[in-house]
Amino acid sequence: MSNKYIGQSVKRVEDKRFITGKGRYTDDIKLLGMTHASFVRSPYAHARVTSIDISAAESMPGVVAIFTGDDIKETGIVGVPTGWQVNFKNGDTMKEPPHPLLIATGSTAKHIGDPVAVVIAETYAQAVDAAEAVEVDWEDLEAVTDPFKATQEGATLVHDDSPGNLAFDWELGNPLDEVNAAIDASAHVTTLEFVNQRMVPNAIEPRSYIGHYDEVSDKYTLYTSTQNPHLIRLLMCAFVLGLPEHKVRVLGPDVGGGFGSKIFHYTEEALVTWASQQTKRPIKWTETRSEAFMLDAHGRDHVTKAEMGFDGEGNVKALRIKTYANLGAYLSTFGPAVPTYLHGTLLQGLYTTPKIHIDLCGVFTHTVAVDAYRGAGRPEATYLLERLMDLAALEMGKDPVELRKQNFIPAFDGVEQPGYQTQVALQYDSGNYHGVVDKAMKMLDYKKFREMQQEAAQNGKLLGVGFSTYIEACGIAPSAVVGSLGARAGLYESAQVRVQPTGKVSVYSGSHSHGQGHETTFAQIVADKFGIPMEDVDIVHGDSDAVAFGMGTYGSRSLAVGGSAIMKSIDKVLEKGAKIAAHKLECAADDLEFAEGKWTVKGTDKHIGFGDVALTAYVPHVYPEGLEPGLDFASFYDPANFTYPFGCHIAVVEVDKETGKVKLQRFIAVDDVGNVINPMIVDGQIHGGLAQGIGQALLEGAIYDDYGQLVNGSYMDYAMPRADDLPMFELDRQETPCPHNPLGVKGAGEAGTIGSTPAVVNAVIDALWSGGHKVKDIAMPLTGERVWRAMQSS
Amino acid sequence: MSKITLKVNQKSHSHDVEPRTLLAHYLREQLSLTGTHIGCDTSSCGSCTVHMDGMAVKSCTILAVQADGSEITTIEGLAPNGQLHAVQQGFKECHGLQCGFCTTGMIMAAADLLERNPDPSEEDIRHGLEGNFCRCTGYHNIVRSVQWAAKSMSELVN
Repeated sequence: MSNKYIGQSVKRVEDKRFITGKGRYTDDIKLLGMTHASFVRSPYAHARVTSIDISAAESMPGVVAIFTGDDIKETGIVGVPTGWQVNFKNGDTMKEPPHPLLIATGSTAKHIGDPVAVVIAETYAQAVDAAEAVEVDWEDLEAVTDPFKATQEGATLVHDDSPGNLAFDWELGNPLDEVNAAIDASAHVTTLEFVNQRMVPNAIEPRSYIGHYDEVSDKYTLYTSTQNPHLIRLLMCAFVLGLPEHKVRVLGPDVGGGFGSKIFHYTEEALVTWASQQTKRPIKWTETRSEAFMLDAHGRDHVTKAEMGFDGEGNVKALRIKTYANLGAYLSTFGPAVPTYLHGTLLQGLYTTPKIHIDLCGVFTHTVAVDAYRGAGRPEATYLLERLMDLAALEMGKDPVELRKQNFIPAFDGVEQPGYQTQVALQYDSGNYHGVVDKAMKMLDYKKFREMQQEAAQNGKLLGVGFSTYIEACGIAPSAVVGSLGARAGLYESAQVRVQPTGKVSVYSGSHSHGQGHETTFAQIVADKFGIPMEDVDIVHGDSDAVAFGMGTYGSRSLAVGGSAIMKSIDKVLEKGAKIAAHKLECAADDLEFAEGKWTVKGTDKHIGFGDVALTAYVPHVYPEGLEPGLDFASFYDPANFTYPFGCHIAVVEVDKETGKVKLQRFIAVDDVGNVINPMIVDGQIHGGLAQGIGQALLEGAIYDDYGQLVNGSYMDYAMPRADDLPMFELDRQETPCPHNPLGVKGAGEAGTIGSTPAVVNAVIDALWSGGHKVKDIAMPLTGERVWRAMQSS
Repeated sequence: MSKITLKVNQKSHSHDVEPRTLLAHYLREQLSLTGTHIGCDTSSCGSCTVHMDGMAVKSCTILAVQADGSEITTIEGLAPNGQLHAVQQGFKECHGLQCGFCTTGMIMAAADLLERNPDPSEEDIRHGLEGNFCRCTGYHNIVRSVQWAAKSMSELVN
C-alpha cells in the first residue's frame, strides 16, 4: 500500500482554530446560570484547623453557597485515591492515607494551599471576596519538606499512621549481597550523592473545571483540563463520589499543555461536580498561577546515593542505589509508580551492567504531591546513570563516549535477535545504541571540538561538551504486567473507526491531544490505510459520551497504544469491506487486493471503490447473506510490551569565568523513536522536551523553605526557559521499528526531556575541568552563582 | 462602576465596568473574546498580549478603565477579512504551536515585533519574545515561524 501521508510533515489540522483565537479551552466555556468557585486555602504547610467561621462570608454579595471540610465529612466522601499500590519490600502494604477534598475542623492541612472551604458565588470576583471573609483559626505545626530528613528519627509525622513518613520502602534488582560483593570486587567505584530537584510542570493553561449537574436528566457533566477524561470519570465515579458512570459525562476540550500534571484526578474536579449537585447550578473553577504552583503535582525530587563499580578495563560490573523519593503529602494518581516502576526499572540504561540493586523509600512530606512530570522517573534514572558515566570517565581518565560504547548492549532488532532482558524486570524491544551515538558524534565533530576547547582554554575561556545516552519505557503499558506491579487499572487504549455511508470517516480515540497533534497524525494513518484524502477523516477525542473508553495520553503512549487501537479497527473495516466488495464483484474476498482506495480483483481491472463499499454497507440491497449492515468497528488494544525509544544527546556550553553563567551554545539530539508518521510533529515534541530538560539543568527548581512555604511560587521567581535562554536545536533521527506494535512506533513525547538534562550538566563539568577546576558535581539548577561558587572552591 | 467606550477589532463598545476589572477579563468575560488567554497573575507569561493603539500590551497589566478611548486589536481581529496575518500563517507553516494556549499572545507579540523591526535577526526575535512563555515548543519553531513571517512580509512589500 503506498503512503501519501505517513512519513510526511503534513501541516497540522488543528492549527487553524488556535492561530485565530478560536480554540476552546475549559475556561472559555460559559454555561447558562454558571457560578464561580474560589477556595479558602491553608497558608501553612502543616496546621490544624481549630475553627472555621463562614458567617461573615455567607452574607457577602453574590454568594450562592459555602462548603467546608465539615460538610464534606458529613457526606462520607473520603477523598481522591491513588491508582497504584507499591508495597514495602518486606511485604507490608503501602501506607495510603486519605486525601480529603476539604480539610475538616480538627484535622490538619498538610501542604501550602490545602483547601478548607470553597465559596461559590455569582461572579469570580464575588467568590474571591467572600473567600477572604471566611475566618479560619489555625494551630501552626512543625513541617518537614526534605524526603531524607523526613525519614530520620524525631521528624514530625505527616500522617500519624505512617511511621518514618514512609509510604513504602521498596527494592528491585539482583540480591543486595550479590551487588555488594560486585561493588567490593570492583577496581574502581564512582560515587555520586545528589538531589534531583523538584520541578513545577507549568503547563501554560492553568487547570480549569466546570461541574454541571442537570436536574432534568439527573446527569452530571464535568468539563476538565485533563489528559484523560475517561480515567477521571472512572476515578471520580467509582472511588470518590460514588456516582453511576452512565450518568456522568467528562469532557476534556482543548487543553493547554499537560506534561503529566493534568493526568491526575484532583480534588477540585470532584468538588465542583459534587457541589453543582448541591447548588443545582453549574460551577466553574480556574486556578490562578499561584495556585498552579502550589497545587499542580510537582515532579522529580529525589535524594540519591549512587555507586557504580568498574573492572580494570572500564567495564561496568555493578550499580547500587539508595534513593529517598518525595511523594508529597498525599499519594497522587500515579505517585507511587513514578519513582519505582518508571524509574527503578530503567536503571539498566543502555549498559550490560550485570548486577543492579535499588533501594527506594517513598516518603511523605508537607509538600504538594509529587507525580509524573514529562519523563516521569525515566529522567531521574537517566540523570543518575549518565552523570555516573561522565564522572567515572573523568576519574578513570577515559573518554566519556568510548566508556559508554564499550559498555553498550549490542544491537538487536527484537525479531531475529531476541529482546534484551534487563536485571530490573524489563525486556527491551529493539535497539541500536551505537548507531545514535555515531550519528550524534558526526554532527558534533568531536575531534574539532576538543581542539577548539583546548584553544579556548589557552585564551582563558571555558568550553565544555557533555554527553548523555538514554533509554525509556514508553507506550505504557501491558495491562497484565502493570497489574502485577501494582497498577489498579489496565493501560490499554480504545478506538472506534466509523466509516460513514458516504465514505467519510470518523475516528473516536481514547487518547487525548493537548498539543501532540493527534487530529493530524491519526488522520494521516487512517487516510493512507483507506486510500482517501485526509480531509475525509475526522478525529474525535476528549468526550466520554462520544468515545467508548480511554486511558488517555501520558507516557508517550498515544501513537504506540492509541494508534495501534486505531489500526485494529482499520483492519476490521478492511476485512468486512472486502466481503462486501467481493459480493459486489462476484468473486472471493481472497481474490481481492486493496490499494489506492479500492478493492481490485487480482490480475484484472475490475474494482470497487471505498466509498461505494461504504454506501453498500449502509444501503445493503445487494449484500452478502448473513453479514450485518454498517461499517463501524471498535477495538481495544493492549500492548504486548512497553516500547523503548533511545537516543544520544550532546550539549556544548561556554561558562563565563567571571560570573559562572552558563551559555548553551549547541544542543544535538539524535533520537530513535521507531517509525515516524509525521516528522514535523515528532521534531516539535523533541524540541519541547529538550527545553524542559535543559530548564531543569540550568534554571528551574521548586524551593520550599523549612516551614514548608513555597519560596518561588510564581513566574517572577521560578525561572522557566524563555526564548533567549535556548539555542536552535540540531536534530537527527534513527528509525529502529518497534517489533510488537502494528505501526512500529515507540513514542516521542518524553525523549527530549529524558536525555537532555545530564548532557547539559556533564558539559558544564567538562568546561570547568578544561580550565583546571576539578569539580565533580554541582547541584541543579546550575545557576551562575552555583557554578561560580564551585569554581572558587576547587 | 465606571463607563468605558473603546474600539475592539474595529467595533465600538460601551460598558459599565468595575474599576478593578482588568482589560484581559473585560475582553474575555464581557466581549467573549476568549482568544486572549490568561496564564498567570504576575504579567509574566504574555498569553494575554493584545495590541492597544498599535502597541503590544499584556492585557492583564491594564485596567479596563485605562483602555477607555483606545483601539484594541485581539487575535480575533488580526485577520479581519479571513486572510491570515503573515505571522499566523508562519506559525502554521513552521509548526510554531502545539497546545495553542500561549500561541495567541505569542502571535500578537510577534506581529508587534515585526511592525517595529521588519528584518529581525534570530537574537532580535528571541529577545523580542522573551516576555512570552511557551512550554511546548522550546521556542525553536516559534523563532522559525517569525522568520518565515518576516520573509513573507518583505516579499509582499518588495
